[in-house]
Amino acid sequence: MTTPTLHPPAEPAATPIFDVARARRDFPVLQERVHGKALAYLDNGASSQRPRVVVEAEADYALREHANVHRGVHTLSQRATARYDSVRESLGAFLNAPDANEVIVTAGTTAGLNLVAASHGRRVLKPGDEILLTEMEHHSNIVPWQLTAQATGAVIRVIPVTEAGTLDLVALEHLLTPRTRIVALTHVSNVLGTVNPLRHIADRAHAVGAVVVVDGAQATAHLPVDVQALGCDFYVASAHKMYGPTGVGFVWGRRALLDAMPPWQGGGGMIQSVTFEETTYAPVPARFEAGTPPIAQVVGFGAALEYLGGLDRGQVDAHEADLLAYATEQLLHLPRVRVFAATAKRVSVLSFTLDGIHPHDVGTVLDLHGVAVRASHHCAQPLMRRLGVPGTVRASFGLYNTRNEVDALIEGLREVRQVFG
Amino acid sequence: MTDASELYQSLILDHNRAPRNFRVLEHADRRVEGYNPLCGDHFTLQLRLDGDRIGDVAFQGSGCAISKASVSLMTMAVKGKTIEEVDRMFDSFHRMIVGQGGPDADLPPKLAVFAGVREFPSRVKCASLAWHALKSAIHGEAVEPGAG
Repeated sequence: MTTPTLHPPAEPAATPIFDVARARRDFPVLQERVHGKALAYLDNGASSQRPRVVVEAEADYALREHANVHRGVHTLSQRATARYDSVRESLGAFLNAPDANEVIVTAGTTAGLNLVAASHGRRVLKPGDEILLTEMEHHSNIVPWQLTAQATGAVIRVIPVTEAGTLDLVALEHLLTPRTRIVALTHVSNVLGTVNPLRHIADRAHAVGAVVVVDGAQATAHLPVDVQALGCDFYVASAHKMYGPTGVGFVWGRRALLDAMPPWQGGGGMIQSVTFEETTYAPVPARFEAGTPPIAQVVGFGAALEYLGGLDRGQVDAHEADLLAYATEQLLHLPRVRVFAATAKRVSVLSFTLDGIHPHDVGTVLDLHGVAVRASHHCAQPLMRRLGVPGTVRASFGLYNTRNEVDALIEGLREVRQVFG
Repeated sequence: MTDASELYQSLILDHNRAPRNFRVLEHADRRVEGYNPLCGDHFTLQLRLDGDRIGDVAFQGSGCAISKASVSLMTMAVKGKTIEEVDRMFDSFHRMIVGQGGPDADLPPKLAVFAGVREFPSRVKCASLAWHALKSAIHGEAVEPGAG
């Protein structure tokens, strides 16, 4: 028997801590001052900031290479087309899609959900069929389905949210019926930050023959998204919540479903041939990309994916998890604070209220401290009714946030208490 | 403005904590809902006209400190005033909070506490909600007295 000895590592492994100071230098806006205070940008759930490389990619494209895509034989058009299509490849890889041509470029999550609701929804839904949503959906994943339900005679059912801020998986079992054709839900709640158990829900939904549509807007910057592992049928998100530009996003869908879907919008670029009598449509994905796309923004989106791909995902996730845990703990130390979904599995988002003080007043006082949060119903009025509040204050973190910024938030909240008593 | 107390003056905080005319108005002949879907401010304003004067006015509901204090202080300012005087107050208040002029002679001095709102464009609607509700109540259809 030998005495165990402790061997210090010969040399430290690759640095385990995310170098946030270095990352912050990539985002010039973080140096801004607001009301004379250092900006603490904690509104990443609404829109994240862009690193210099994203803005430069957009500018470089616009200044040197711009032409329309998929149209010209001239050199610039071919270059623009190549750059545009390369982003589809990057997205396919980012999502681990079986085929990059299953990725449709859209104007954002809202456009993507409308596309799926209008095209897939109207194709498959018959009167009395059921669309299953959840009580924590953003209006963007409610209203498109209501429009489709009105047009088809389908009925909307809702998975409730528990006291803990999670989906009621017991109720799910009763709500899934042979009439359920579509289950549309968010990957991560934009209000609570709750991470939903997609794989479980997708398996249960598939067991009754339903198709699963996922709103990934709040997830893609904070969680690995492997559409094959998640088991969903559609996955929809936006560039501007993942350090890319506004006005662009994507729909990933299973090839067989996309192939069967009729066009959503008609126009240039989505046809094979047009006569006044009959039009035949281009194959997927072109069929769903009518009109000239926001090419510069798509190029910027590609740069954002490259930027994210260049970071150590594990380090970023650990850093964001630390921020969220630290902020939650600091917040719970304050008197008369209600933290939502504090014990649920969450990413990025911390939602809370201060007893007796309206969220808007909290938001204004925090702004005077340079702290940017969102204070509203977060486009999730049904969830606000469930929580029994007019709105919440939401701090949402990105990879460039720091514990110092959490401290600024807490300091600001102390002053809110001082002002309002 | 970088100090919260410049926006949230003590008069505003006082009316937020203890709003005046916060009750159901018996024999109201006008009733209107003021709702700001952006932030969920929601008030019901009731009033009784005596000829061309505001005979009585009261409100209920909930909202942020700015919106609640604004309704409360407004009800105090307009009670007993003629419709013409109230219309002038509305215009004066509106000019002040959007930064098109300081509080002038048409505005009761207390309402000048809302002048700081002009520095916060996102909060202008909170301060003006009450006044828009009042204007539509005055110039809208009469309801059955007491139907409130």
